[in-house]
Amino acid sequence: MNFVVPDFYPAAAEIFVAVMALAIMLATTFARRIATALAYGLTQVTLMIAAVITLFSADASTALTFSNMYISDLMGSLLKLMIYFAVAVGLLYGRSYLADRKMDRPEYFLLALLMTLGMMVMVSANHMLSMYIGLELMSLSLYAMVAFDRESVRSTEAAMKYFVLGALASGMLLYGMSMIYGATGSMEFSGITQALYHQAGNQTVLLFGVVFLMAGLAFKLGVVPFHMWVPDVYHGAPTAVTLMIATAPKLAAFAMTMRLLVFGLFELAQHWQSMLMFLAVLSIVLGNVAAIAQTNIKRMLAYSGISHMGFMLLALLSGVVEGDRHFALNAYSSAMFYAISYVIMGLASFGMVILLSRAGFEAERIDDFKGLNKRSSWFAAMMMIVMFSMAGIPFFIGFFAKFAVLQAVVAAGYIWLAVLAVLMSLIGAYYYLRVVKLMYFDEPEDTAPIHAPADVRLILSVNGLAIAFLGLLPQGLMSLCASALIASF
Amino acid sequence: MEFKTFVFYVMAAILVFAAVRVVTARNPVHAALFLVLSFFSASGIWLLLEAEFLAITLVLVYVGAVMVLFLFVVMMLDINIERMRQGFWSNLPVGALVGILLVVQMALVLGGRYFGVEAMPAPPAASETYSNTREIGRLLYTEYVYPFELASLVLLVAMVAAVTLTLRKRKDARHLNPAEQIAVRREDRVRLVSMPAEKDQQP
Repeated sequence: MNFVVPDFYPAAAEIFVAVMALAIMLATTFARRIATALAYGLTQVTLMIAAVITLFSADASTALTFSNMYISDLMGSLLKLMIYFAVAVGLLYGRSYLADRKMDRPEYFLLALLMTLGMMVMVSANHMLSMYIGLELMSLSLYAMVAFDRESVRSTEAAMKYFVLGALASGMLLYGMSMIYGATGSMEFSGITQALYHQAGNQTVLLFGVVFLMAGLAFKLGVVPFHMWVPDVYHGAPTAVTLMIATAPKLAAFAMTMRLLVFGLFELAQHWQSMLMFLAVLSIVLGNVAAIAQTNIKRMLAYSGISHMGFMLLALLSGVVEGDRHFALNAYSSAMFYAISYVIMGLASFGMVILLSRAGFEAERIDDFKGLNKRSSWFAAMMMIVMFSMAGIPFFIGFFAKFAVLQAVVAAGYIWLAVLAVLMSLIGAYYYLRVVKLMYFDEPEDTAPIHAPADVRLILSVNGLAIAFLGLLPQGLMSLCASALIASF
Repeated sequence: MEFKTFVFYVMAAILVFAAVRVVTARNPVHAALFLVLSFFSASGIWLLLEAEFLAITLVLVYVGAVMVLFLFVVMMLDINIERMRQGFWSNLPVGALVGILLVVQMALVLGGRYFGVEAMPAPPAASETYSNTREIGRLLYTEYVYPFELASLVLLVAMVAAVTLTLRKRKDARHLNPAEQIAVRREDRVRLVSMPAEKDQQP
């Protein structure tokens, strides 16, 4: 029995966040009077320091530790930095919203931090066990956050739906994982790849496992036909929590898909690619068509999120063409770019919904955006940037994200898919532009002045301008994604 | 038939019967007790697989702790089982069809062809001195220490979530703070008011 103490250095950020979560819990117990402010401040500081740690420990080499269950590579570091950013901005946007509704208990920030830890574990998982536990850590925190408004029946119902369906999806995922373990004899992603390379394991059993795995993944990504929870949960959850669900977890889900399918089951690419195609086409069609019929902006953004995730899957499925891996890196980096740009747009769009809400009033109808230009022309412009970018109008970041994905799809030879995606984006442009039309050409229904703390106004403005700025100069972020993936392969 | 095989089939039959009864029993207390029975039979099967530690843990943890708690909850809550079962019979045909389809499909893949004794031969017998408990303990704290520690955080989240979602200060509760009571001074309770003396008034 020889056991070497694992190298803790690559996982320094995770360890730091875990220790800080425990410290915050203890600190808020003893300082009850200032508990909420303390928890909020410490959470933001923790995220900032974790970002510094990740930034300094990021290098081009790949490090494995904890008996190969943890992998530290550039793709992981980049995604983690984006996750800290999304969670920090999400907490900042949501804070006054929560305070107005008496929901700003210190546990909210603690759960948000533990959710971040879960996502970090998922991003850095090199083993099905650590992947699953990271996923559960993230999901359990999210379930609790959705139910955070205890007085609201709708929020409790949303949490219940999310919890039951999420548990079912976790079960499917676990079942798929156990089948793959049974067929290949390994739970480590590189071990699975090796076993598959040597043609180990029965093909039927493997495919059986992949089907269950895909069902679990599709649920977590929120793509059709496993999307039923998305609109209800987005609608029912407090908007600050909706913002959390809609942003950072998408990056974690992207990382999970990459690790499981590309790093683990790459040899089976032709099988899971056809499944992804099915999911992607359905999501893009249903997401865009159903979004038109919505009158609630949270539901509209939920359906738009479904179609965006479908778009991201388009890039993931064009990696390998008949065994030719020439385009793989390009396709996966465009998927990563898409996920990151969607998160930036998602933050701004839900941030706007929070900005228009105030104590006792939820700005969740699309009609609440009517005449925003008359109330605040600056924020109307910000919302217009977000909507234009989501619709894929040049030259905003959303356009380049869609463009890169379509390039990858065309390079893989799926012309019909690219045509379909463009047609559906045109349909999608309708409901995004409708919001812009309401803001500029209609009379306001709600004339109360917009009141929001200065920090929210500032960061929301920066967020909106970033969408425009990154749209003008997307090369930096794009090449960052590409070089992260090159280093990780 | 070998004796072990015989024991396996008896255990498996009891397990399946008990599991079916958990779902079909009308009385929730009976359902919980059938769940206990199914746990017992499952632990018997694990013993046959030479997983002694897991078998005993299943009985100790699930039967001894979880199910007892479960029974308490079932008895404390007034569950109207009839109302919850509304629509059971009308939905049964569709549910049964889907269920049977699933079972058949899974049986095709998971049947003897791929997971039979030929495909998955029994591992070599462990030596006399091999200790199951020791091996699990060793792996848990060395190779699997990372997921093990993370699992503790998952439990922490469950705890924090349960407390924050259910704990609320009741406004109608007459809660006393002993420290405040002890620290009370005369001035807090009694106010001496000086008043002018009055004559007795005769009616």
